[in-house]
Amino acid sequence: MDDKYAEMQEAGLAIRIRGLKKEYRLGLIGRTTLQKEIKRWWARKRGLEDPYSKIGQPKRIKGDRFMALNGIDLTIHKGEALGIIGRNGAGKSTLLKIISRITAPTEGEVEIIGRVTSMLEVGTGFHGEMTGRENVYLNGAILGMTKAEIDSKMDEIIAFSEVGEFIDTPVKRYSSGMYVKLAFSVAAHLDNEIQIMDEVLAVGDMEFQKKCLQKMRASARVEGRTVLYVSHNMSTIRRLCDRCIVLDEGKIVFDGDVDKAISIYMGTGETLKTEVQFTEKHRIHGYFSRDFLIENLVITGAKEPVYPEKGKALFEIGCRALRDLRNVRLRMEFWYQDGTKIGSMLSNPVTAVKQGPCRFLLEMDLTGLTRGQYYADLVAYCGENGVQELLDGVYPGIVFEVINSPDVVHHVEWSHQYWGHIRLHDMRLMLK
Amino acid sequence: MQKHLNNESNNYICISSDRSWTDLRLEEVWQYRDLIVLFTKRYFALTYAQTILGPLWLFLKPFLTSIMFTLVFGYIAGIQTDGVPKFLFFLCGTAVWNFFSACVSDNAKTFIDNASLFGKVYFPRLTVPVSKVTAFLIRFLIQISMVLIILFYYCVNGNVSPRFELWIILPFLLLQLGLMGMGVGIIISSMTTKYRDLSVLVEFGIQLWMYGTPVVYPLSQLPQGWMRMAALLNPVTGPVELFRFILLGEGLFVPASYLWSLGFTVIVTVLGVAVFNHVEKTFLDTV
Repeated sequence: MDDKYAEMQEAGLAIRIRGLKKEYRLGLIGRTTLQKEIKRWWARKRGLEDPYSKIGQPKRIKGDRFMALNGIDLTIHKGEALGIIGRNGAGKSTLLKIISRITAPTEGEVEIIGRVTSMLEVGTGFHGEMTGRENVYLNGAILGMTKAEIDSKMDEIIAFSEVGEFIDTPVKRYSSGMYVKLAFSVAAHLDNEIQIMDEVLAVGDMEFQKKCLQKMRASARVEGRTVLYVSHNMSTIRRLCDRCIVLDEGKIVFDGDVDKAISIYMGTGETLKTEVQFTEKHRIHGYFSRDFLIENLVITGAKEPVYPEKGKALFEIGCRALRDLRNVRLRMEFWYQDGTKIGSMLSNPVTAVKQGPCRFLLEMDLTGLTRGQYYADLVAYCGENGVQELLDGVYPGIVFEVINSPDVVHHVEWSHQYWGHIRLHDMRLMLK
Repeated sequence: MQKHLNNESNNYICISSDRSWTDLRLEEVWQYRDLIVLFTKRYFALTYAQTILGPLWLFLKPFLTSIMFTLVFGYIAGIQTDGVPKFLFFLCGTAVWNFFSACVSDNAKTFIDNASLFGKVYFPRLTVPVSKVTAFLIRFLIQISMVLIILFYYCVNGNVSPRFELWIILPFLLLQLGLMGMGVGIIISSMTTKYRDLSVLVEFGIQLWMYGTPVVYPLSQLPQGWMRMAALLNPVTGPVELFRFILLGEGLFVPASYLWSLGFTVIVTVLGVAVFNHVEKTFLDTV
């Protein structure tokens, strides 16, 4: 043990992960009833397929076992700010949970030098009946600080949180903004060498978010702390991290440069395609009934998915309905290339879809999208009377590029960074 | 299982899947002693928040229970109390039993009540049951002050003669009861993560357990034979009877029964902590 420690010290490592695996027993996660268990057992006995297995389940499910992490090897140096990205269900949270010792691995080991602060959620242990100050003490102690340490940081925490004189008021009287600000301040003032964060920066107003980001960056770059950060927000990953890994199906598929990692995650690793076959890899995990599957998409009316501004895009989509459906709609959820979700397009309903394969034509008006690369999730759902039944979702449904068009006058090059990604309708300006 | 190597400010941890049952990781609990203090404070802050009578409830509950017991068991059922004033006898018994049963029933819910907290951040989970026992011990000490006032009144009137020379062992006795309650509680709590039925059984089981313990009757009232044997085998009998003997000067102290109780406490505490630490590592995957 001493040798391992010396070895890590010498290499300047903060965390070393070797062959990490985590297996979940499905029967224990999704609470099943005894009746289902018996039917399942009976089907197995007769050599039949599991009557409750769903189409569209990730491949990692083997029998009733699910590998959330499937062999992770990773070394993180001291002072590194590592971003972790991946789709939902890729294993990001499981990885953080193991590193922060919330749950134990099934195989492999994690070696850590230094105290770990995990902020998987801000305000853990906060209680409404207690005052802000009491909550700071309790939350700080839960995160591993001693009372003396909290005492010495109290003024700083109060100042950072902007809570001011309300610090001695029960937090149940706080606005939700004040609440998260105070909670984040406690976590941000920990002295621990390793900080693990799961999208906690999405708190408070813009000003406060900026302040938090600065604080986090300072702790990594100036104070030499190691930061592990999970987020779906690519712009904060880009600003905070200097190295990034991409997780997919419980494995690390990329490790290195942040921009490269983001482009792989966003799907640009693949080139713009005119035809996409959707496989299990593309399916979005979630509450999809999978009674209707989006199988492929072909771009028609253009040689490649590159469109001028205000252009029209035409697609043919191949689907399969597993039962008769009514009022099927499609939704395109658009992402800009930096990972910001910018908006969605809804389709009209198709009143009757018969069981079996079917093809749709889809026409999209791209007015408003400015120059750049976009991705869209394609989601099929039934929507009636305000209730949405999700059928299927694929990601990225399509990758396309919008280019400048001579028909659209800009005068000045569109600035995505400052103006956003959508050009709304033009205004009319008149001399009075 | 986790190994620690303290090297000044650097601590090395190795998280892996091999589990050692023998490492109780108590030094880590000690490192988090400030958290135990804060959890204890929180218990008092929250229990009496937004109640009209506030801490007065601390006295009201055992007081009213004892009056009820005096009426039902003392007068209607006519249970003899070794010559000790009936009310005082029941007050002593309920106070000490409530302390023990709270340790069991509250700790039996540790995992289920704290699932969301445990799922977000790591800290030694054992701090929760330890702080609960501390809180109940403080609550008991506050309650016993009322008992002492009443005891003083009867003492002056010459109705009871406490064994003041033995009062020095009271802290030890309370610690033993607290540990035994915690041990039983966390074993149940470790089992309820998989089988929820147990949590339903707990409240009921504790009630039955009380009638199997000399709380509403003195041990001396049990006839020789299997009934007394059974009561003596109950590990709570020894401490409860000894407690009343020290405080009220009357009681049946059976050394063998008390020794068994001590042994039981050690076993249940060590086993409880080991099982608790073992379950703690993966319980989140099952709740």
